[in-house]
Amino acid sequence: MNQFFMQLINGLNIGSIYALIALGYTMVYGIAKLINFAHGDVIMVGAYVSFVCMNMGLPWWLAVIISIVACALLGILMEKIAYKPLRKASRISLLITAIGISYLLQNAFQLIFGANPQPYPSFITLPALKIGVITIQSNYYVTFIVSVVLMILLTLFTNKTTMGKAMRAVSEDEGAAKLMGINVDTTISLTFGIGCALAAIAGILYTNCYPMINPTLGSLPGIKAFIAAVLGGIGSIPGAVIGGFILGMVEAMTRAYISSQLTDTIVFTILILMLVFKPAGILGKNVKEKV
Amino acid sequence: MKKLSMRNRVFLEFAITLVVYIICSLLMRAGILTSYWQGVLMSMCINVILTVSLNMTAGFLGELALGHAGFMAVGAYASAFFSKSLRLLPVLEFPLAILVGGIVAMAFGLLVCLPTLRLRGDYLAIITLAFGEIVRNILINLKVLGGAGGYTAISRYANFTWAFVLAALTVFLSLSLIHSRHGRSIIAIREDEIAAESSGVNTRKYKIITFLFSAFFAGVGGALYAHYMGFLQPSIFTLDKSIEILVMVVLGGMGNIFGSVISAGVLTLLPEVLRSVSDYRMLVYAIVLILMMLIKNAPKVQLFLQRFKRSKEVHS
Repeated sequence: MNQFFMQLINGLNIGSIYALIALGYTMVYGIAKLINFAHGDVIMVGAYVSFVCMNMGLPWWLAVIISIVACALLGILMEKIAYKPLRKASRISLLITAIGISYLLQNAFQLIFGANPQPYPSFITLPALKIGVITIQSNYYVTFIVSVVLMILLTLFTNKTTMGKAMRAVSEDEGAAKLMGINVDTTISLTFGIGCALAAIAGILYTNCYPMINPTLGSLPGIKAFIAAVLGGIGSIPGAVIGGFILGMVEAMTRAYISSQLTDTIVFTILILMLVFKPAGILGKNVKEKV
Repeated sequence: MKKLSMRNRVFLEFAITLVVYIICSLLMRAGILTSYWQGVLMSMCINVILTVSLNMTAGFLGELALGHAGFMAVGAYASAFFSKSLRLLPVLEFPLAILVGGIVAMAFGLLVCLPTLRLRGDYLAIITLAFGEIVRNILINLKVLGGAGGYTAISRYANFTWAFVLAALTVFLSLSLIHSRHGRSIIAIREDEIAAESSGVNTRKYKIITFLFSAFFAGVGGALYAHYMGFLQPSIFTLDKSIEILVMVVLGGMGNIFGSVISAGVLTLLPEVLRSVSDYRMLVYAIVLILMMLIKNAPKVQLFLQRFKRSKEVHS
């Protein structure tokens, strides 16, 4: 029973990170109808920027802020340079560009920092929480709390503010939104910015839990978070959160009770089964393709 | 350019292929091409097979498949397992092993493409990506096939003649398929799936055909690779490998088979010639992918290409 609770906490921890990344995927997909393959690598960029800042002697909170801003700018830049000119292009062109950006980021960072993993200075050092016999390390509950707070903020932002409403409008119908006087370009840029800022936070939380960084650290959590987004219904914000937590749980439980080596296989199989039986996801809408 | 009839064109292509083959084998006989360069030529042939087969799905059908390394792995391991467990005459065993590799890869292709038929492009990309990762993960855990350490002592049957013949065969069959009525249906699906369907094209059938064709030749490429290297390891068949093949397709032009042949040749040769650049290889590949897409979709380039296409149509 004790082990079960430990795994539950593990699942919640990694699940909240997946959920944060999945939010970025789902927002960008909702608005630009694009799987941003490079989203996983923004996590890596976020982790590295904070790493470099802390190595330069900056306090951790400043490093976190710089990293968030840098990633948001990176997201906007990515959109402006690579995705905006292709907005009317075929799907496959967009996907190939996204893969190109992902590889560009990975390899550029590999050239700068080398391929070997470097130790990351974890900075979440609060006292551990004790509930009965279970001890929860500080980075676990901090990750969980930070993620939940961010999710609530994001939901409030998309539902209550004008910008958030504009975002939903653009994802619903770009043409109509434009006619209503919404600046579509700004809205899309903003979405990329927010998504990538969330990815930066996810990256920092992730490297605090697994304190080693290398230039490909983002690709696996990136793909997993994408699976989470699909699981919950891509394009839906609560769906991404639910999908993230489900995936985190599944992963923690298979690692503990089935096999740690087959975890990825099981997760990928879940994705395929989900796409076969309910491609719209748990909370997704079924959209008919129109001519 | 003067108009060439279909028969003349096939004849010309055949003659060029033959000449290339004779020159290469003469150079080998004369000892001008060292075994190192023979190895490069082998990799070129394997890459041509892989690139042309990926071009069928990515270029002609217009669906991004990111699991080509997975199909290659399936073909490689299946054919290696086959030739290791049977002890036949090499003359008989090797072609059979290649066929087995292709067919097993095709079976997996069916397994992947059936559920994806009703899905749109981006989901398909992810499913094929997941497939590639699953294959690699399972191979790592499969002790029968050597696991993560690698599958060793595969008979090294493959030589340049085999590789060249198989590459030429792949190109020839791809061209025949594309120039047939079926090929036009496949291209119609890429241009507009709904329009193709309402014009009576059986989109389901043609998607399956293209997928199986592509998977089969990826398997053949893998089988050739296995019997050339004599050693297989799951870490060869990562997503990087799929991306590498995709770069060859994109650089040669999506939906252009000769382009694929040339770019597969050039991109295999380039890292060998420019050793110092090899650190930057993946970075350059990434930039190539982005730039090619940006250039292809720039309005001015499209206008230019349209003019070029129209004048070509008038001639042929």
